[in-house]
Amino acid sequence: MDWSSMVGGSLQQALGAPAIIYCLAAIGLNVHFGYTGLLNFGQAGFMAVAGYALASLVATWGMSFWVGLVVGLALSVVLALLLGIPTLRLRADYLAIVTIAAAEIIRQTIGSVTLLRYFGGQDGLQQFVGTFQGLNPFHNSVTIGITTWRPYDFWLLVVGWTVVALCCIVVYLLMRSPWGRVLKAIREDEDAVRSLGKNVYAYKMQSLVIGGLIGALAGFMSALQNSSIVPSQFATDTTFFAYTVLLVGGAARVLGPVVGALIFWFLITFLDAFFGDATQGAHPLIPTWIMSNDQASVMRLIVMGLALMLLMIFRPQGIFGDRRELAIDAR
Amino acid sequence: MPAETTPAAADDVDPRSLAEVPAEPGAAKPDPILVVDSVVRRFGGLRAVDVDHLEVQRGVITALIGPNGAGKTTLFNLLTGFDKASAGSWSFDGHPTHSLPAYKVARLGMVRTFQLTRVLARLTVLENMRIAAVGQRGERLARAMVAPLWRAQEREVTERAMALLDRFGLAAMCDEFAGSLSGGQRKLLEMARALMVEPRLVMLDEPMAGVNPALKQSLLAHVKSLRDEGMSVLFVEHDMDMVRDISDWVVVMAQGALVAEGPPESVMADERVIDAYLGAHHDVSLETVEAEIADETDEELAADD
Repeated sequence: MDWSSMVGGSLQQALGAPAIIYCLAAIGLNVHFGYTGLLNFGQAGFMAVAGYALASLVATWGMSFWVGLVVGLALSVVLALLLGIPTLRLRADYLAIVTIAAAEIIRQTIGSVTLLRYFGGQDGLQQFVGTFQGLNPFHNSVTIGITTWRPYDFWLLVVGWTVVALCCIVVYLLMRSPWGRVLKAIREDEDAVRSLGKNVYAYKMQSLVIGGLIGALAGFMSALQNSSIVPSQFATDTTFFAYTVLLVGGAARVLGPVVGALIFWFLITFLDAFFGDATQGAHPLIPTWIMSNDQASVMRLIVMGLALMLLMIFRPQGIFGDRRELAIDAR
Repeated sequence: MPAETTPAAADDVDPRSLAEVPAEPGAAKPDPILVVDSVVRRFGGLRAVDVDHLEVQRGVITALIGPNGAGKTTLFNLLTGFDKASAGSWSFDGHPTHSLPAYKVARLGMVRTFQLTRVLARLTVLENMRIAAVGQRGERLARAMVAPLWRAQEREVTERAMALLDRFGLAAMCDEFAGSLSGGQRKLLEMARALMVEPRLVMLDEPMAGVNPALKQSLLAHVKSLRDEGMSVLFVEHDMDMVRDISDWVVVMAQGALVAEGPPESVMADERVIDAYLGAHHDVSLETVEAEIADETDEELAADD
C-alpha cells in the first residue's frame, strides 16, 4: 500500500480547489446559520447563480470575465432579496423550505433543454476561463513537500485561499462589531431584539445578502476549478457538504469553516484512496467476502457519516466551538 | 407638564396628580403618556381585547390586573407592536404608534419586558446590556468593519451598561453567559437591559412571576426607583401584594374590557372587582374562609329555625 501517495493525494484535495469551494460556501453559511440563525439550505443555489452568470456571460454572450464576476455577485444579491422578502418575517423553518426549493428550481432550470442554447443543458458550459488562465503567473508545476500542482491548479489555489483569507477577515471584523452583536442576538431571540428597538428584518436581510455573496464566490471557484460548469455541481448535497464542513469546524467561529474544509476534504479523499487500495489486486487487504472494489467506493461516505454522528454526540460544538455555549439551554 | 409629575415631586407617591381623577374605567388623566382608543383584537370569534378608552398617567406606576385570559398580555403585545390590532388607535407621548412596528415603538421610548424572560442566552451579560443601547454607529453595516468609527461610543455604552449592572447587582457576572443566570437574575437582567434603551415608559409583563420572596423585595425597589427617576411604569401582575405596595393607579381588565380603575386601595376594596376578578377570598387565609363558611352555614341554619 502506497501511503505517501495516498496522503499526498489527500493533501492535494484538502489544500486545493475542492476544499476552497466548500470552505467559501461554509463561510457564507456561517454568516447565515452560525451567527444569525438563518437556516439557509439553498447555498448551492447562490453558487449556481453566480457560477452560471460568469460562465454564460463569457461563453454564451461573449462578454468579459470581469463583467461575469460583477453580474454573478449582483445576481446573488437579487436571489437573497427574492428569498428573504417573503420569508424573513416568518418563522425560521420557512426560510429553510424556500431556500432548498429555490436551489433545486435554479438547478433544474439551468439544466433544462429549453435553455440549452444559453446554459448548455446537462453538459454545461466550457471555455470561459481564458482571462483567468491568462493571468496565471505560474508556468511550471509547483512541488511543495509530497504534493505537486499543475500551474493552473496552483494559481487557483493561491487565488482561492487569498479570497478565503479576505472573507475570514471581513467576517471577523463584522462579527466583533455592534452589527455582529445584533446578528448573534437575533440568533438567540429575535423578539427580544425587536423589543430593544432593532429592525430585525433589515439585519436578517443584510446577513442573507452577505452570506449569499460569499456563497457566490464559492460558485465562481466551482466554475473555475475544472474550467467547466455543469448543473450537477450544484445539487443539494453540495449544501449539505458545506454544512458538514461548518459543523466539523464549529459554527459561529471565524476559522471554523477553514479547518472544517481542510479536515473534511483530507478525510474524504484519504478514505476513498484507502478503501480503493485495500480492496484492489489479487490479494486485497480487505478480503472480497467483506467488500469488493466496487462497494469500497461508497465506504468514504459511510465512514464520514459515522464520524459526523460521533462528532455531534461527543463534540457537538465542533473543533473550535465553546462547550460552555452548548451547555446552555437556549429555550 | 404639571409640577406634581416632575421626578422630585414624584418621590413620594404624589396623590394630587391623580386625586382629581374619577375612579371609573376610561377616566381622563391630567398628563397621559399613553392614550388608547377603541382598540379591538379578535381571535376568530373571540374578542380578546376590546378597550374603549384608556389613559396612562406620566411619571407614576400603573398596574394592569385581571384574571387569566382577561387580555392583559394581548393588550401589551398590541401596544408594543408585537401583535396587530383588528381595530383602534393609540398614541405614545403624542406620537400615533398603532401602525408602527415593534422596533420603532421601542425607539420612541416605550420598552417592554416579557412574561417569560427573554435573555440572549449565548451572549454574555454585558453584551446583553450593550446591545440594548439605541443609535449605535457600529450597528450600521457600512461602518461596522471600521472600529475607530464606533469604538468611543462603545466605551460610553459599556460604562453605562456597567453602571446599570452594578445597580442591579449583576456587575460581578458581566462576563458570564446570560443563559447561565438563575430565573430571578434573568428578570433583573431583562429590566436592566430595558433601561439601556433609555425608555420613558417601561412596560413590565409579570415582573414577579417565578421570583423568590427575597429577590421580590429587590425587584420592587427597582421598579419604584424607575418612577423616582421620572419614568412611567405600566405593569401586568398577579401578585396582589406587589400591586398594593407599589402602584399609584390600578386598571382592572376582564374578558378583554376595562371594568374598573382607581387608586389601589379603592379598587381593591371595590366589591365587584374583588368578587369577580380577584376571587372573594383573595386576602384571607384558607382557615378564615372555612370558618366564615361554617359561620354562614350556622347563620343560615339559625335562620331556617
